[in-house]
Amino acid sequence: MPIPPRAAASTVDRPARGVGPEEAVGAAGRLAAARRALIRHPTLIAGLATLALVVAAGLLAPLWWTGDPLAMKPAERLRPPSASHWFGSDHFGRDIYTRTLYGTRISLTVGLAVAVLSLVLGTALGLVIGFYRRVDMVAMRIMDGIMAIPAILLALAFMALMKASVRNVVIALVIPEIPRVIRVTRASVLSLREHLMVEGARALGVGTPRILARYILPALVAPLTVQSTYIAASAILVEAYLSFLGAGTPPHIPSWGNIMAEGRAYVQLAFWIILFPGMFLAATVLAINLVGDGLRDLLDVRQ
Amino acid sequence: MLPEILRRLMATVPVVMVVAVGVFALLHVTPGDPAVIIAGDYATSDDIARIRAKLGLDQPFVAQVGIWLGRIVRGDLGTSIFSGLPVTTLIGQRTEATLALTALALLISVGVGVPLGVIAAWKKGSWVDRIVMVFAVSGFSMPVFWLGFVLVYVFAISLQWLPVQGYQPMRNGVWPFLRHLILPALTLSVIYMALIARMTRASMLGVLSEDYIRTAFAKGLAPRRVLLRHALKNASLPVVTIIGIGFALLIGGAVVTESVFALPGLGRLTVDAIIRRDYPVVQGVILVVSGAYVLVNLVVDLLYVVLDPRIRY
Repeated sequence: MPIPPRAAASTVDRPARGVGPEEAVGAAGRLAAARRALIRHPTLIAGLATLALVVAAGLLAPLWWTGDPLAMKPAERLRPPSASHWFGSDHFGRDIYTRTLYGTRISLTVGLAVAVLSLVLGTALGLVIGFYRRVDMVAMRIMDGIMAIPAILLALAFMALMKASVRNVVIALVIPEIPRVIRVTRASVLSLREHLMVEGARALGVGTPRILARYILPALVAPLTVQSTYIAASAILVEAYLSFLGAGTPPHIPSWGNIMAEGRAYVQLAFWIILFPGMFLAATVLAINLVGDGLRDLLDVRQ
Repeated sequence: MLPEILRRLMATVPVVMVVAVGVFALLHVTPGDPAVIIAGDYATSDDIARIRAKLGLDQPFVAQVGIWLGRIVRGDLGTSIFSGLPVTTLIGQRTEATLALTALALLISVGVGVPLGVIAAWKKGSWVDRIVMVFAVSGFSMPVFWLGFVLVYVFAISLQWLPVQGYQPMRNGVWPFLRHLILPALTLSVIYMALIARMTRASMLGVLSEDYIRTAFAKGLAPRRVLLRHALKNASLPVVTIIGIGFALLIGGAVVTESVFALPGLGRLTVDAIIRRDYPVVQGVILVVSGAYVLVNLVVDLLYVVLDPRIRY
């Protein structure tokens, strides 16, 4: 059994210092266990540790010596990184460090919401489509069609018709993901449907909804968990793309894509406006992808 | 062979039709009157009525779908609300830049990604393999536009080796054309390259453990010959598949890359059209791009037969 990742990460970060004898044994044991976990699942632990840092940065943004993300100080425009502005300031004199940390919240919210929503909707539809042959043929052709549209273009077209808001960005990102979840769910249902245990349950008079919930859904947990991490990572990226292109999160909200979009006019003068939020974005997406790869190896999911 | 190609071609028709209807329906499933949304905040009721008539929104929905499909079949994608030009003309003007960008990015990705994957699989567990895998995961997580700006900052602003942005059509000379495309293509290729390297490595690992590879090495063939002729040839199927599927990533990335480097391509056309709420243009580009995606994957399917003679349709 793997070590609970959070405990593992915190023991690694903070060496045991000034603990009693009994506790020291426990701490040493935990340290050894953490080292074992790190050796066995390096990508998973590295991803979780980075992700924990990003989540802490976003949730506890006010505690990390930040100011007001919207406060404008015209006298301090376009200042390079310094003791007073760690990541520099933008053309309104707003602090990039503060804005970047608050931007974490938007990205994590979008990533989580898109992953959960596409998972729930995609699984529900996939179960039905996979189990009822009659809808399967038509539904899958429709899904092929949706999947033929590049996700960014579909989201852009949707945002063109909707008011800019975080909620609409989430919807725009969920639509292209649903067919992909359906595909995974359906594939598992199709193979499990012919399984002896399902046949046996049916012979015993178990109804279809119960078969789906008790026999098929549990087998889907592993592949869908892995897939949801990849969905979250790609949603965070595409949200930044949409905001950067001016068709995403409303401009007054400091999301990473928005901060960088405002910085593009100052690439030569104030590169830090783009540099730092982008580093956070890349690190977050990388961390989630690492967690996904780690989980895939851990749960032994084949793609 | 020919009947198979025709049959596969026919199978793509329903997919393209779903795309066409879907793109059209998007205008109608979104809440609110599409004519009002397209007309914008400062439109008069005359403007709205004009747009409604122009888009045929005053007709019943099913009739609209029929008219829309009929027009597509005749190659008519409507006219732009903003410029008044036919959408096909606008797309035609912008295709060269996108085609050049994606083709060059594809060339770089395959040219670098496949060898990286082959070497990583051959030297599995070594530091070369580790570096390739780190690159594959981090490259895949890279925000395209951010990478673009970093490259611009380093190679165009600091070192001043290459232009910051802009585009030179091929007819103005090959060197100016390439000079303007190097950074965008490099930016766009990183994600794709990472994907291809990873897939090549995985596929090669599977093949390299086969008996015939051991035999080939045992009879003293040069490693390069074994890797390329024996292994890569048999490992190429999944790689070709991922190149087809990843084409969507390439197109999506092109939209963002064109915006960073101010390239006059289809992506810029779409983004500009979205800001101007020029919906016929948006519909047209999505239809053409999705059609290209379907076509690329059809070619990939047909390539299977060439790469693996055991496959028959």
